[in-house]
Amino acid sequence: MLPLQLSTPDKVIELRHVSRSFGSQHVLRDLTIDVRRGETLVVIGESGCGKSVTLKLMMSLLQPSVGEVHWNGRPTTSLSQKQIDQERLKYGYLFQGAALFDSMTVFENVAFGLRQNTEFPGDEIHQIVVDRLREVGLPKTICQKKPAELSGGMKKRVGLARAMALMPDVMFYDEPTTGLDPIMSDVINELILHVRQQRPVTSVVVTHDMRTVEKVADRIIMLYPLSRLHPGESQLVFEGSPETAFSTDDVRVQQFISGSAGDRIEELLQAV
Amino acid sequence: MSTEATAQPRESWIHYLGGFFLTGVESIGDVALFSLQTILGLLARMPKQSNVLMQMYRVGVTSLPVVLITGGFIGMVLAVQSYNQFKMMHLENRLGAMIIMSLVTELGPVLAATMLAGRVGSAMAAELGTMRVTEQIDALRALGADPIQYLVVPRFLACFFTIPLLTALADLLGMFGGWLISTQVLDVNSFYYWHYAEQFVTAYDVATGLVKSVFFGTAIAMISCHRGFHCGAGAEGVGKAATEAFVYSFVLILVMDFFLGVFLTSLYYVIWPGTVGLI
Repeated sequence: MLPLQLSTPDKVIELRHVSRSFGSQHVLRDLTIDVRRGETLVVIGESGCGKSVTLKLMMSLLQPSVGEVHWNGRPTTSLSQKQIDQERLKYGYLFQGAALFDSMTVFENVAFGLRQNTEFPGDEIHQIVVDRLREVGLPKTICQKKPAELSGGMKKRVGLARAMALMPDVMFYDEPTTGLDPIMSDVINELILHVRQQRPVTSVVVTHDMRTVEKVADRIIMLYPLSRLHPGESQLVFEGSPETAFSTDDVRVQQFISGSAGDRIEELLQAV
Repeated sequence: MSTEATAQPRESWIHYLGGFFLTGVESIGDVALFSLQTILGLLARMPKQSNVLMQMYRVGVTSLPVVLITGGFIGMVLAVQSYNQFKMMHLENRLGAMIIMSLVTELGPVLAATMLAGRVGSAMAAELGTMRVTEQIDALRALGADPIQYLVVPRFLACFFTIPLLTALADLLGMFGGWLISTQVLDVNSFYYWHYAEQFVTAYDVATGLVKSVFFGTAIAMISCHRGFHCGAGAEGVGKAATEAFVYSFVLILVMDFFLGVFLTSLYYVIWPGTVGLI
């Protein structure tokens, strides 16, 4: 295992001077981030600062307006669509709202990637689905339910089982605890840790939840909304370990970590 | 001063006209590319049979009652509305020819397609739009599936094959509805109803209507799926996509009906020369 790790690039994913706009709305500007093999990188920042867009750029679900995304040292622009589709199978993605397919049962949702991309026989797929569901704490009796019959926490766990079905090397979590009660949030955090303990998986977690940061982060980056930056300032306002994040004297980071509105209320009222 | 100078051209009518024109060209190009991707997706890999059959069931079987009712009532309305004019000319026995000709070449395909654009097209746009706003389309890509191949190709095939069949059934019900009113209410002789229809309506006329319905089915599938895939955010975006799917499909059906009508009529005169065609 070790020689393989040494022979592969240390940086699994890199965003190099990436900008992304939607029409006239600029979300990301000149952002450079790398994700290192085996780490859990947590991306924090206010709503609308481009965290989810960053995650989708890393997964190549969105293309940058400017700049490059590199996978294992290779720019994605040098890969054909087929290569991207193949490479993407090594990445698992837990969507913010779980994004389960409404028309399918839980079993069909978890089995989807396996049926689509492997030649496994039906009973093997069945076993993998049951195993993945058990790993996220769901019984196999849930298999025939439709997503509409599940609670928010169950949907997230099914989404996690689906993302893990193909045993990815990299896991992306888009706000995994949003909308969940504190206990279920902690369950999800534990599952993120559990996935890492099971296999040497690289993880990128986008979150607002500081308990998630404390629990799972190896490294933290904080993004800041473009609209609140001074000209020329970088959107990446913090990068470092959880310890340095909690002890930094950067007001923006401290405000976010402590959940303090600070002068924001006055700013908003003035804007109105 | 400089702000006013830059703002003025933006408010001029020519700016709006230019913007409208550019948006139109961009949209047409976008739908064309989307259609091309669908054809390439179809050629690259056939979709799963079960997926296509499910879409055919949704487009075909579940639309059957509404299409049959539409077809039947068109035939009946045609009989009622035309009877007096035909009677004044003592041609009421030829009512069947007029009803069936109108049905198979124009009204059957156009009205069946309109009903299906409303029923099937809007539903497709709303379903795909909801999948887009809830990130299910992204999830498909993340799981190694091509959303166009997985979602659009089966819907396209279902519309392509099912809408002509539905149109044929609407035509049949229309013929029967027209016959029912003509013979049972308006006292037209049943023999002449079918006799003159057989004399005037050719296989080419029937084929004309069915060819049109293939184009209409393709247009409904492409526009509805395109609107769903490019749906705006939230419930408002989904609602707008569903409305646009119907409106754009309906307008395109009428435009295509005109051009296909001209083309197929002219083709008739090319294949069977003897009379001057339209172009």
